[in-house]
Amino acid sequence: MGHITFIEHSGEQHTTPIEEGKSLMQTAIDNGIPGIDADCGGVCACGTCHVIVDETWIDAVGVANDDEIMMLDLTPEKAKTSRLSCQIKTTAAMNGMIVRLPEFQM
Amino acid sequence: MNSLTNTSDESVATSPIPTMPAVEFIEQPIADVSTVALEDIDVSNPFMFRQNKWQSYFKRLRDECPVHYQKNSPFGPFWSITRFEDIMFVDKNHTLFSSEPVIVIGDRPADYMLDMFIAMDPPKHDVQRQAVQGAVAPKNLAEMEVLIRERTVDVLNDLPVGESFDWVEKVSVELTTRMLATLFDFPYEKRHKLPYWSDLASGSPEMTGGMIQADERVAGITDLMTEFSQLWHTKAAQKAAGEQGGFDLISLMQSNENTKNMVDTPLEFLGNLVLLIVGGNDTTRNSMTGGVDALNEFPQEFVKLKNDPSLIPNMVSEIIRWQTPLAHMRRIATQDVELNGKTIKKGDKVVMWYVSGNRDERVIDNPDQFVIDRDKARNHLSFGFGIHRCMGNRLAEMQLRILWEEILQRFENIEVIDKPKYVQSNFVKGYTELRVKLTAKNH
Ligand code: HEM
Ligand code: FES
Repeated sequence: MGHITFIEHSGEQHTTPIEEGKSLMQTAIDNGIPGIDADCGGVCACGTCHVIVDETWIDAVGVANDDEIMMLDLTPEKAKTSRLSCQIKTTAAMNGMIVRLPEFQM
Repeated sequence: MNSLTNTSDESVATSPIPTMPAVEFIEQPIADVSTVALEDIDVSNPFMFRQNKWQSYFKRLRDECPVHYQKNSPFGPFWSITRFEDIMFVDKNHTLFSSEPVIVIGDRPADYMLDMFIAMDPPKHDVQRQAVQGAVAPKNLAEMEVLIRERTVDVLNDLPVGESFDWVEKVSVELTTRMLATLFDFPYEKRHKLPYWSDLASGSPEMTGGMIQADERVAGITDLMTEFSQLWHTKAAQKAAGEQGGFDLISLMQSNENTKNMVDTPLEFLGNLVLLIVGGNDTTRNSMTGGVDALNEFPQEFVKLKNDPSLIPNMVSEIIRWQTPLAHMRRIATQDVELNGKTIKKGDKVVMWYVSGNRDERVIDNPDQFVIDRDKARNHLSFGFGIHRCMGNRLAEMQLRILWEEILQRFENIEVIDKPKYVQSNFVKGYTELRVKLTAKNH
């Protein structure tokens, strides 16, 4: 099954089980991870599910597509490995992955 | 039906400033929607909200014709998009639906040449937005919170208890004005000009069915430009003298590569100022009033709130959904688009009625109910979605949160004692007056 670790801006860590095929955003919400608002419900239109993927994991996850980049450009906290978690489908290959939350969602 | 009446005469020709002929909407009773043929339904009527007909009209459109064409409204032909999912589709697809040249239902009068990024497509939109959004980013807001709370407390402490007064004037307008003055670091003693300018910019009959005539608007906008050019130059001089720039918008524009010379492109400068003034004014103001109105209409929610003030953040989202301070945004189709069985032609005007999508029973349970602990209250349309999503959403939420936190400290009840009065507009869904009476809290 595997797990993914979310690290809040404060440093607090939360580990969630992977349910393959579920989006990373939904995984976070279903496990009560604070700091993800998901105002648009997961359709890449609000930017409030922003996560920063640990650099060593970005290849496994893939980079943002054009629509996603446009939304990410709206947040001042955008980093090189920023993604919108609603656009990431979790897979078993993500076992052990670390993603960080920004200080604020926009 | 109301009509767009030309009431101008030679007085316009002698006006010193070239202006559009005056137009004015005359209010008439709006028919019950069940008596109107589908094709005749015209939701651009600026009295829809005032006469409380909007819910029945939009419900009929959502149920019977969710992508609806009105071919001869006073604002020209337009498509109405009324279901939540369809609005999301249009808002997200900025390449299919352009925001240029304006985002309200009517076209702008010839003399109204403001350039604002809300009405620009990429890449220009992105550049300008990125230059100013830092000012209202959550990080900056955390620094502003103390000041905003202080100003909120001042306003609330001055309110009369046990007697009738207008909440719109004494609270909503006053607080949003102070907030805008803070945001711009605008001379505090002149702050009352800010909401006046906002009303001028968003209230033209041609664009939104409002009541502001062209000559008044032109005079006001000229004054705005003078004041802000002055403010710009004062700040530039302070900066040149080595003073630390503040977190206000003008200072931020001056320290950003892309906007540091904006004062030299007056239409753009003006446009961005007006955008922030209008964006931050009517919307927050009417949410401040709407919350009081909603809690009176649903008194059991007020009880819930007093029993559990930790519901405030969720309630704030619910207020913003329930109120939907901006009823619509408009787009122009850039190519033929199929939507819900209709073909929208390239060049057609497309109006996303957020006010309808926020009451779409397909997506939101009991949408006409105001429920402060509603599940997924944040999933509303009031801030729009996609690349134009409201830049001031966190600021607005913060102000409303602070307001309600401080209200609960002081007042046991806010009783609405007269029928609310509403703005004449098809764009701004809001109040001109809400008379209330306060009951103090027993400590
Ligand atoms: C409850 C309060 C508010 C509501 C309901 C609201 C609503 C909206 C809506 C519907 C849009 C257009 C979204 C779209 O086209 O998809 C928008 C854009 C915008 N709003 Fe707000 N707004 C609010 C408060 C504010 C405040 C306080 C500010 C500024 C200080 C602000 C500044 C802006 C700006 C600059 C844009 C343009 C964004 C862009 O085009 O990229 N708004 N707002
Ligand atoms: S939930 Fe809105 S962009 Fe991901």
